[in-house]
Amino acid sequence: MTEAGVHARTGTEAAAVPSPAAAGIERPARRLRPRRRTVVLALRLLAAILVTVVFLFPIYWLAIMAFKTADEIFAYPPVWWPGSLNLSNFAVLFRDGDWETVRNSLVLATSSTAIAMVLGTFAAYALERFRIGGENLAVWIISQRMLPPVVIVFPIFLLYVALGWVDTFHGMIVLYVAFSLPYVIWMMRGYIHDIPIELEESAELDGCSRWQILWRVVFPMARTGLFATAVFTFVFVWNDFVFALVLTRTEVVTYTVQVTHYFGGQSNFWAKIAAMSMLGTLPVFFAVATLQRYFVRGLSMGAVKG
Amino acid sequence: MRPAALDAPRIRASDRRFGLLLLAPSVLLLLLVGLFPLVYTLVVSFQQITLFEVDTSFAGLANYRMLLSDERLWESLLHTAILFSIALPLELALGLAMAQLFLERLPGRQIFIALLVLPTVIAPLVAGAVWRLLLDHRYGPVNQIVGWLWGEEAVLLWTVNPLLVYPAILMAEVWQWTPFMFLILLAALTNVDRSLTEAAEIDGAGFWLTFRKVVLPAIWPVMAVALLIRGLDLARIFDVVYALTGGGPGTMTETISIYTYVLGFRQFETSYTGAIAFLVIAILTVLVVGAVKRMGLAR
Repeated sequence: MTEAGVHARTGTEAAAVPSPAAAGIERPARRLRPRRRTVVLALRLLAAILVTVVFLFPIYWLAIMAFKTADEIFAYPPVWWPGSLNLSNFAVLFRDGDWETVRNSLVLATSSTAIAMVLGTFAAYALERFRIGGENLAVWIISQRMLPPVVIVFPIFLLYVALGWVDTFHGMIVLYVAFSLPYVIWMMRGYIHDIPIELEESAELDGCSRWQILWRVVFPMARTGLFATAVFTFVFVWNDFVFALVLTRTEVVTYTVQVTHYFGGQSNFWAKIAAMSMLGTLPVFFAVATLQRYFVRGLSMGAVKG
Repeated sequence: MRPAALDAPRIRASDRRFGLLLLAPSVLLLLLVGLFPLVYTLVVSFQQITLFEVDTSFAGLANYRMLLSDERLWESLLHTAILFSIALPLELALGLAMAQLFLERLPGRQIFIALLVLPTVIAPLVAGAVWRLLLDHRYGPVNQIVGWLWGEEAVLLWTVNPLLVYPAILMAEVWQWTPFMFLILLAALTNVDRSLTEAAEIDGAGFWLTFRKVVLPAIWPVMAVALLIRGLDLARIFDVVYALTGGGPGTMTETISIYTYVLGFRQFETSYTGAIAFLVIAILTVLVVGAVKRMGLAR
């Protein structure tokens, strides 16, 4: 099976997403009489198309809302196909500086992911190869992910007020790194487990120091795992809402918080909601498009091996 | 997994020091963000701090006693339980049906799967916002479609009408996370040994019997993890509800996470929020430990 970069033709929104899931492990259809087989296949295809249309329709609707003119947004009955490719909703976001919240999300997600990947991979290596702390430490680390964000963020907020870290990039990055670490450590431990230990042993015989083994053997060998885990970590931070809602004010507001600023009591700024959501969602679609067959392993926290 | 005896032969003291060095930054950060909040919350929950008063004297179990008579708290737990117990089976059943649909050869199979991933990676808050657009009583397409099926114009106030708010939240929730179940279960079903199901069929077992006796035991470990991940997320559900109803109308859809947020950040009931935080942690711990044991996930 090729890594088909598939172009999703859902109106104006076209995301290139290659095959995730169990690529290439298809099964032959059950053996039935030829005519009946064709009918069954046709019915299944029809059902598949129906399911896909239903699940993609909300995304299609978001996309066309972002391109609608004010008249089309407030038309009754609703307009299902916008008359023109109207970019003014996006232009407003850039004119008023609202797009800076997307930039903030990008800065936070990129730097937290980079730091969490390095620290998390170090820790995973120590847990997997040197067995430090045994299973107990590993279980404690993963259990950190169980805590509800709303519960953690409350004392963190009080701590950050005392430290003067509310609404700062470094404060948010520290929190995101710490919150991403359990996932990174858990996933990387599995990927490092898959690396044959003999490679490290022979590197050691060749006179490599421990740091050299780590940088020259472990990191390169685990690169696909590193990459897949990094994309997931990026998406988690990028999609966060609770932490940013509580801990940002004006300087580092992220795009998810900005979307809620457009909700109003009586009238919602539909055009801004849609355009901002689109700006925030497209990078995720592109990030996920690069994941391919590691998607399910990352999604299931390693329960399904790639 | 390889047996531990083969895996961990002799760990030298210098290896251990190197390992501790590698672990130190992560453990320190996790202590800061994982352990500090717990300890701090525990301490304030025994005090009497509110927006107006910083009373740090020991108040005993006063806040914990308040939990018992706080109707809004128990209602918010009930709301969370309602969403949990409807959404989780629905996502599982739909995801399993979809996985079955896409399991065998189908033209354009990879394209369908690639497209079905998309709802799952959208920010939950944005998913809520999208459904707000879809469910708008006048400018949204859902009421229009209902109108076509109904035969006359439908004016359903999805985010206001007490009868419709739960279906509205569930639609958004199930829409976003059914593909998650689908993808994981599809991978699990693909890994089921084909010769086993064929043998069962040759022996005359029907689809359901084969599924129950052969397929289900084979996919169970993966399915259990998927249920655990989704179950935990549902118990903490916040973003979608915040975007769609904000917990309203009134407090009709207020989940435990939303209530904690309101108490902590709108009413600044610091000490009482601490007590609720501990209640939530206790409930989640019991649920997770129970689930892990019952599902046979513990090693």
